[in-house]
Amino acid sequence: MKTAKTATQNACKLCNPLGACLAFKGIEKCVPFLHGSQGCATYIRRYLISHFKEPVDIASSNFNEDTAVFGGSHNLKLGLQNITKQYKPEVIGIATTCLSETIGDDVDMILREYTENADPNQPIPLMIHASTPSYQGSHIDGFHAALRATVEKLAEGGPKQNLLNLFPNMVSPADLRYLKEILENFSLPSVILPDYSETLDGGPWGEYHRIPKGGTPLNTILKCGTAAASIEFTSILAEDKSPAGYLEEKFGVPHYRFCLPIGIGQSDKFFELLERLSEKPMPERYEDERRRLVDAYADGHKYVFGKKAIVYGEEDLVIALTVFLREIGITPVLCVSGGKSGFLKKRLAELVPDLDNLGIQVRDGADFVDIEEEAKKHKPDLLIGNSKGFTMSRKNRIPMIRVGFPIHDRFGGQRLHHIGYRGTQELFDRIVNTVIEHRQNSSPIGYTYM
Amino acid sequence: MESRILPDPSAVKEELIKKYPPKVAKKRGKAIIVNDPEEIPQVQANIRTIPGIITQRGCSYAGCKGVVLGPTRDIVNLVHGPIGCSFYAWLTRRNQTRPDGPEGENFMTYCFSTDMQEEHVVFGGEKKLKQAIQEAYDLFHPKAIGIFSTCPVGLIGDDVHAVAKEMREKLGDCNVFGFSCEGYKGVSQSAGHHIANNQVFKHVVGLDDSDKGGKFKINMLGEYNIGGDAFEIERLLEKCGITMVASFSGNSTINQFENSHTADLNVVMCHRSINYMAEMMETKYGIPWMKVNFIGAESSAKSLRRIAQYFEDDELMARVEEVIAEEMPAVSSVIEEIYPKTKGKLAMLFVGGSRAHHYQELFGELGMETLSAGYEFGHRDDYEGRRVIPNIKIDADSKNIEELKVTADPGKYRPRKTEEELAKLKEAGLDIRDYEGMMPDMKKGSLVIDDISHYESEKLIELYKPDIFCAGIKEKYVVQKMGVPLKQLHSYDYGGPYAGFTGAINFYKDIDRMVNSRVWKLIQAPWEEAPSELEADYVTQ
Repeated sequence: MKTAKTATQNACKLCNPLGACLAFKGIEKCVPFLHGSQGCATYIRRYLISHFKEPVDIASSNFNEDTAVFGGSHNLKLGLQNITKQYKPEVIGIATTCLSETIGDDVDMILREYTENADPNQPIPLMIHASTPSYQGSHIDGFHAALRATVEKLAEGGPKQNLLNLFPNMVSPADLRYLKEILENFSLPSVILPDYSETLDGGPWGEYHRIPKGGTPLNTILKCGTAAASIEFTSILAEDKSPAGYLEEKFGVPHYRFCLPIGIGQSDKFFELLERLSEKPMPERYEDERRRLVDAYADGHKYVFGKKAIVYGEEDLVIALTVFLREIGITPVLCVSGGKSGFLKKRLAELVPDLDNLGIQVRDGADFVDIEEEAKKHKPDLLIGNSKGFTMSRKNRIPMIRVGFPIHDRFGGQRLHHIGYRGTQELFDRIVNTVIEHRQNSSPIGYTYM
Repeated sequence: MESRILPDPSAVKEELIKKYPPKVAKKRGKAIIVNDPEEIPQVQANIRTIPGIITQRGCSYAGCKGVVLGPTRDIVNLVHGPIGCSFYAWLTRRNQTRPDGPEGENFMTYCFSTDMQEEHVVFGGEKKLKQAIQEAYDLFHPKAIGIFSTCPVGLIGDDVHAVAKEMREKLGDCNVFGFSCEGYKGVSQSAGHHIANNQVFKHVVGLDDSDKGGKFKINMLGEYNIGGDAFEIERLLEKCGITMVASFSGNSTINQFENSHTADLNVVMCHRSINYMAEMMETKYGIPWMKVNFIGAESSAKSLRRIAQYFEDDELMARVEEVIAEEMPAVSSVIEEIYPKTKGKLAMLFVGGSRAHHYQELFGELGMETLSAGYEFGHRDDYEGRRVIPNIKIDADSKNIEELKVTADPGKYRPRKTEEELAKLKEAGLDIRDYEGMMPDMKKGSLVIDDISHYESEKLIELYKPDIFCAGIKEKYVVQKMGVPLKQLHSYDYGGPYAGFTGAINFYKDIDRMVNSRVWKLIQAPWEEAPSELEADYVTQ
């Protein structure tokens, strides 16, 4: 299916530099820096903050009319100097915007000049540059671009060691904490990149912080090239854009690709690989989690079986949710993304063998108007995706389960758990309860016992 | 509560700038002023933020599309550029609207974008823009379509105004107009306000001469219906028998703008964002303007009285007094209960281009003192009053924003009052065409700080330990990490309305809950643990 219209109405994607800023927030002592107008930093900050409910500082080179005409070199250098002096970062993550990309600033050259002419007595932070023009791709592309740029800049080779790289994709801080716990319980030394589990979900300060605590430490990112393996939770990212792909090509670190481990089947694959890599059996607690999840599937089955859902969001999230929904007996009648890697349909067909038989529609590069038109045809029981589906949910009275990003109409979006047995359990409970709540609210009898 | 000993403001100022290198200290020193309401010292404002200093300011597009045009429900706002800008301005400002019935037009819930791709940056995006306009027209048949240019558009040379003209002529019954509000223009969102004023004045105001009736006809300028403020103001005006012809732009329609030149008075809430419109309408149509403030119960009463005074009508004046007498008891009963709990508490406000001034009224009613305040995107006249306008230095950033040349309309210019009548009203205390700014209303020794930086606000909190800090979502969670509640005055923390009498009651209750919440006792503030080691030094251009 193709979108016939030209304009995008009610977009199902955000812009490229937002993803880069989020990824940079997951590196220790890093300040994200947008090379462009100050409005981009302001909008992206306010958007990330509305989801995470945490401070998000993003610097900018504050273009003016002259900068836009004559180039941003002066502003970028000035901005880097000021950020360095105020925040004393170890890393500055520089992402471009549509403005600096349109005028064609050679950021790498400007950074070289900056380093060459810098005061030798002042420490220069490490500068990572990701090219993220908003007129290409969407926020998820910026997210991956920042990580690819990070490993390209930092990773060093060397003798292989007992180390696992994990590129978890754009998951929640709760998901990241769970992944860290799992790897610890498998006694697997690891580099999780990015790790914004603390920087974007931390406690009160008690003392002043220029940059919030947490993030993947620089010295561990340096070791990425010596890892025994990389895991990345993506099935649509092209090898030449993937950080794990780079590490394999450059340093021979083998990489394993999964879709996000949502559901039992996908989580099993992840845990099996961890067993293999760690040469340890699955820790008992995860066996327990799995058993409880299977039990819950059995108990909750009667509520969700045969229901129809529309799933929307980033392509990798949509793929993982679709596989999970098939596992619990829900038919995702429509799988949609605003992203457009070109792989969405192909991967879904591989992972959901009865995709065509069930008449599951797949659309990429779509917006919420497209989704709503389809929704009218399919009459789904549920919507699964981010807060931006609310208008559609309300208008068509379809209950909605909030997952992913952005979630700005519920509290605790940053603590929503999606992945692994435990995350799936929480997600499954929420889906079942949404179905029950809807039934209860629409029942004329007013059952208190459902 | 016990009275606190506050630090000497001059010493605080020294402390705020002492770690800057001399050049920056000098620059920031001009934006940090110890107030004297008698003398009104000069404040540096509307000066470009230094790169790498994290500012709370937005861009020209935000001011144009988000602030001024965003709240009008029946204009399709089409953002020409890559997707982000349209997405980020999609219902984020929480302005409300009331369409006419369930079928009434409301495009505010939509986000339209040309979603510019690389090929458009290379080969131009005008063709796609035209198609997008046609699609929006075919889909909704709206009365108007506004095109908003984002950063790359100006650079690749797309002429949105030519496209607008072509499509306006082609479509026939749809007013299409463009805004060159690229994000890099001007110092802050303030530039976008001006651009929005200009284009709406040029392309919309004055198109509909029909008389919609009403004896006392006003336009409400610079009220954006955050949290339903406009509904409360509309309720009060209606109760008094005052007809609101147009609102710029809370809860508005394009027809209100078209018809707005039939009003007899423009009242201005947010001076910063809309004073251009007030001035241009007076020059072209002869409608005088005056500043009002519906934030705070006392100032709402005062504003209603001033409108009545302008119309010089005894019946209206009597009606206004009746309405105030009806509204005030509810306000008084709440304030009596809350006042003892809020009295003596300390507030700081760093927000907007008028809110940092207006909300001091409400804090005053709560017995709270405003220690320090400043705007994010104000100009000198918003601080010091309009008398300084002739002395404001025009820099490169301001020069780039078009000043429309406006003259009296040969057919429609009709002075509502003679100069003598206006002079008489002025003598009677009605400050026609004037805004005295924030500083005369602030205490001697309070600190006025323009475009406060992240570093300065943290330092200020440490030195004064205020009971509440008012700003926006970008500051909210930083300030709260230090154990100080932050009240969002852009979005109202999704509460409101705070305007008028009902709004004042809402605000008293919300502030009581915030400053007296037990939650803050659970958080140890940084200054309780260790002295601040904050330092910063900046480099200027």
